[in-house]
Amino acid sequence: MDQRPDDVLDQPLVVINLGLKGFAESLEQQGVEVVQVDWIPPAGGDAEMLDLLDELL
Amino acid sequence: MASGYAVRPNRYYDSVFLMGVNQRLARLPGVGQTAVLMASERNKELLAEIGIEGDEVRAAGPNDLLVAVIADSPAIVEAALAGLDDALQTLQAGTALSDLHTFEDGLRAEPGANLAVLTIPGGYVYREALLALEAGLNVFIFSSNVPVEDELRLKQHARERNLLVMGPDCGTSILNGVGLGFANAVRRGTIGAIGPSGTGLQEFTCQIHNAGLGISHAIGTGSHDLADEIGAITSLMALEKLEADPRTDVIAVIAKPAGPTTRTRLVERLQACKKPVVACVIGPSGPRQAGSEISWANTIDAAAEAAIRLSGKRTAPTAGPDGLQTVGPIRAAWAPQQRYVRGLFAGGTLCYQSQQILIDAGLEVHSNAPLDPAGRVDPFHAARGHTLIDMGDEVFTLGRLHPMIDGSLRRERIVRESVDPSVAILLLDFILGRNASPTPVGDVLEAVVEGQELRSKTAGRLAVIASICGTEEDPQDLGHQLELLRQAGVLVFHSNARATSFCLELLKADGGDSHGPAAR
Repeated sequence: MDQRPDDVLDQPLVVINLGLKGFAESLEQQGVEVVQVDWIPPAGGDAEMLDLLDELL
Repeated sequence: MASGYAVRPNRYYDSVFLMGVNQRLARLPGVGQTAVLMASERNKELLAEIGIEGDEVRAAGPNDLLVAVIADSPAIVEAALAGLDDALQTLQAGTALSDLHTFEDGLRAEPGANLAVLTIPGGYVYREALLALEAGLNVFIFSSNVPVEDELRLKQHARERNLLVMGPDCGTSILNGVGLGFANAVRRGTIGAIGPSGTGLQEFTCQIHNAGLGISHAIGTGSHDLADEIGAITSLMALEKLEADPRTDVIAVIAKPAGPTTRTRLVERLQACKKPVVACVIGPSGPRQAGSEISWANTIDAAAEAAIRLSGKRTAPTAGPDGLQTVGPIRAAWAPQQRYVRGLFAGGTLCYQSQQILIDAGLEVHSNAPLDPAGRVDPFHAARGHTLIDMGDEVFTLGRLHPMIDGSLRRERIVRESVDPSVAILLLDFILGRNASPTPVGDVLEAVVEGQELRSKTAGRLAVIASICGTEEDPQDLGHQLELLRQAGVLVFHSNARATSFCLELLKADGGDSHGPAAR
């Protein structure tokens, strides 16, 4: 496998953090660009509804 | 005892928030047990096991908050549940929520992102991680309880795109000096590491740092990556990347035993690696392929020493144990029936490594996560003989946070083991790092002191031996944590292997009975 020039080890991290806010804060403290997503279960956690939504995407 | 529950529909909270609510409810006088959970099917099963059932519970879904209280009287249950909304409001007041709630929202806010970090319930990981991979992001999955078929599909998908899936159940990674998950604050350097073991990577990277060297990258792969179902997809990709990385001179793999097919494949690839490789397999001594180009190590300490040697630097003298000279006085204080070590671990790999060291010395060891299946014990039942318990086992963490964040379960167990008259040594680990408890020692110290006092009131004296994994740069203040332990009379070592070896010294000081100290 050839490494692409945009390999994650060769770039500054830019992070989307889904879930625990503390994880985003610890990244910010390290100078990392991070966006916090206060994640909630899609479709209210209804699995059937979620499948329907994914089909529409 | 009386019990009761409350449901708050359409109120999703993350696990750290739930822990905060749980702590507030649990400290009310007369409250025995509390559970503060989202009403997933698995959580509802857990509640049913402690007798919490009802129509409202059955009707609740994963987006609904479920709170159960077991207490001395119905009045206390009622009072605890009546305080729930106040607790929710108070805790929420200190938390500003963003208006981003889905991966898609996050991507719109940060279209240039190259990494998604997931700490969401395991049942939702596949969907969100797939969205991230399709958008070209690497993924770090801290969440556990992700079906293995989901993990395989994600990793296959990622491999086609040269993206890394670190996890699921990935505790630690360090990429370009940035620590993810529980990663410790270590300096940058030329030693690269790969591993399915989160605490193994932490112990390794801390030892490299504490010896004065540094880490180029440490790539966590998730605890199942070396199983044959997954076939080391992430480990092999990580190896490619570190082999090509100009900043990495030496590569260390820190692992628990792999599936047989995967092991063969991984060893072949390691032997073909263009850079010096250290392979540390914690667990039963397997074939070591003598004569290969790989430097094999049995312990994390040995792996760190080998990596330092291969990097061309001199191995720094290891910090001496606090008290080899104290073997005699400790043993002299034991009552005749004190024969056994009980280990209570936050780090799964450290529990595994301690078992290996004791078993290699000829001791019979029991565990809920045993090296030898014959040594398996029920994690909730009374321990017997030499028993080492992995408190991060899934049976303990369902509906709770990992013991590296939430010390409550370990506290209860410390007291329980301390009063067992056959116990001579309590072996503990303390793991510092980002996102871990801000006070890992303080979380359990009262229980340690209480256990020692209770033991002294009966007969003999309890020896408490601990290892601490961390660096002086970690947010918890390593020096302060060490001082707290020393003030409580705990003997502290800077590695789990050394702490365990000291337990052996204590148990075998007379050189005779391998199942406990010989009669004095």
